[in-house]
Amino acid sequence: MGVTRQDPPLAVLSAVGLRRSFASLMAVDGVSFEVRPGEIVGLVGPNGAGKTTIINMILGVLEPTSGRIHIAGVDLARRRSQALAHTNFAAAHAPLPGNLTVEQNLRVFGMIYSVKFPRERIETLLADFDLQRHRKTKCGVLSAGEQTRVTLAKAMLNQPSLLLLDEPTASIDPATARDIRARIGAFAAQGLGGVLWTSHNMYEVAEVCHRVLFLAHGRILLEGEPGRLIREHGAATLEDLFVSVAHESLAPEAGAN
Amino acid sequence: MRASRVAAVVLRQFYLLRGSPVRLLPMIAWVAIDIVLWGFITRYLDTVTGPGFNFVGTLLGAVLLWDFLARVMQGVTMAFFEDVWTRNFLNIFATPLTISEYLSGLVITGVTTSLLGLAAMLLLATMAFGLSFLAYGIAIVPFVLVLFLSGIALGILGSAIVLRFGPASEWLIWPIPSVLSPFVGVFYPLSTLPGWMRAIAHGLAPSYVFEGMRSIVAGKGAPMTELVFGAGLAVAYVVLACLAFAWVYRYAIRTGLIARYSAESVS
Repeated sequence: MGVTRQDPPLAVLSAVGLRRSFASLMAVDGVSFEVRPGEIVGLVGPNGAGKTTIINMILGVLEPTSGRIHIAGVDLARRRSQALAHTNFAAAHAPLPGNLTVEQNLRVFGMIYSVKFPRERIETLLADFDLQRHRKTKCGVLSAGEQTRVTLAKAMLNQPSLLLLDEPTASIDPATARDIRARIGAFAAQGLGGVLWTSHNMYEVAEVCHRVLFLAHGRILLEGEPGRLIREHGAATLEDLFVSVAHESLAPEAGAN
Repeated sequence: MRASRVAAVVLRQFYLLRGSPVRLLPMIAWVAIDIVLWGFITRYLDTVTGPGFNFVGTLLGAVLLWDFLARVMQGVTMAFFEDVWTRNFLNIFATPLTISEYLSGLVITGVTTSLLGLAAMLLLATMAFGLSFLAYGIAIVPFVLVLFLSGIALGILGSAIVLRFGPASEWLIWPIPSVLSPFVGVFYPLSTLPGWMRAIAHGLAPSYVFEGMRSIVAGKGAPMTELVFGAGLAVAYVVLACLAFAWVYRYAIRTGLIARYSAESVS
């Protein structure tokens, strides 16, 4: 009996030929990439590189000018609701309504994501994210770190195939950020879902991400495993590599090209 | 359409109402003020005019029904504005929630809260000024139905306008009932209006309610054919308002307006 080659797992996110323009500005220019189950992919680049535009397109709140997005094999453009049921997100710029308590927010979003056994799931998440003592607290009075934990708990409600994190550790202290990185790492390690993570913290990206996409002017300039990219480009750290790539890409002739 | 997602939109509003009695107060306070004010005006008019015209049944009933329409509209728009005020669009619209589920949740919230207001209005108008809706007979059913549907349509249309033009356009929404009231003949027969206003009035579903109400008070019975026509118009408004919201939503996704809503435009 011959050895059968195992097919790679179905990508939880497949973006093919994504383009998005705003008037004369091409914010995202022909970006293609995949995220596989168990994988954490870092999406990094200077401000205005197109990271949030890509995240917004994957979240279905911004239509690509061209290109296709499949989430867990479901075409986002054709079956939006079914595709978005496989995903969830946490973003520093999108806190949950501050006039509802932590528990109320999780209940509401649990129903929106059709979570099975919501009561048990919410209890698990409140414990996982150390939010039990805040369950009756309105989100608007929580600290930045606590609000981040609540948005992450919301993002985990439906155990998504694709977890989108837009600078989830921005403006929180190093200890909380480390704790959050560990939780995201544990989520990916289960192998059920993949993570797309944007961050400006290169130490964080190097520590957590299995693969990095360097973005500038709406294009992917570099792609690969962080350690390999550092070695191949002779940089001391991922941050050094980021700075040199960002400087090159921001040079006038590079932008024109 | 998933019932649990519709229920989620309603549950959020329930939590807000339960958590803040201040939100309950406007549902009752403003209508109570209107009923008290118009109750005394109609009582005074009844004393200074000759017998034969029932001001309580005509004017106070009209105020009550018009307030009801405004409450339904505001119930829908207030539920929508919660997402505007809390900058919740990204959290709400980047989920499996469909537009029909979202609008259904807003409408159920608006209808429920306006029923609270209607109950308060009826109680006050009946106990303090002797207005009885029973005087209108079975015609009260199509009256309330047409106003319900018209209020829902205005609420959805108002939400679409704010979604399209940004939070600053809220001020355009609140006066809509006041702008419409001269055309629909809340306090006077449509025959009072000049031709161009009357032409507009015939295209507005609530006009048929107020004409019907005056017809009943005058002892001529309810013009059921016209009321059915008004109900048909109101249903058409709801469908058109939903289509308008869906169109604006698609525009907002196409242009990126939802993702940058606080900027109020994408240019």
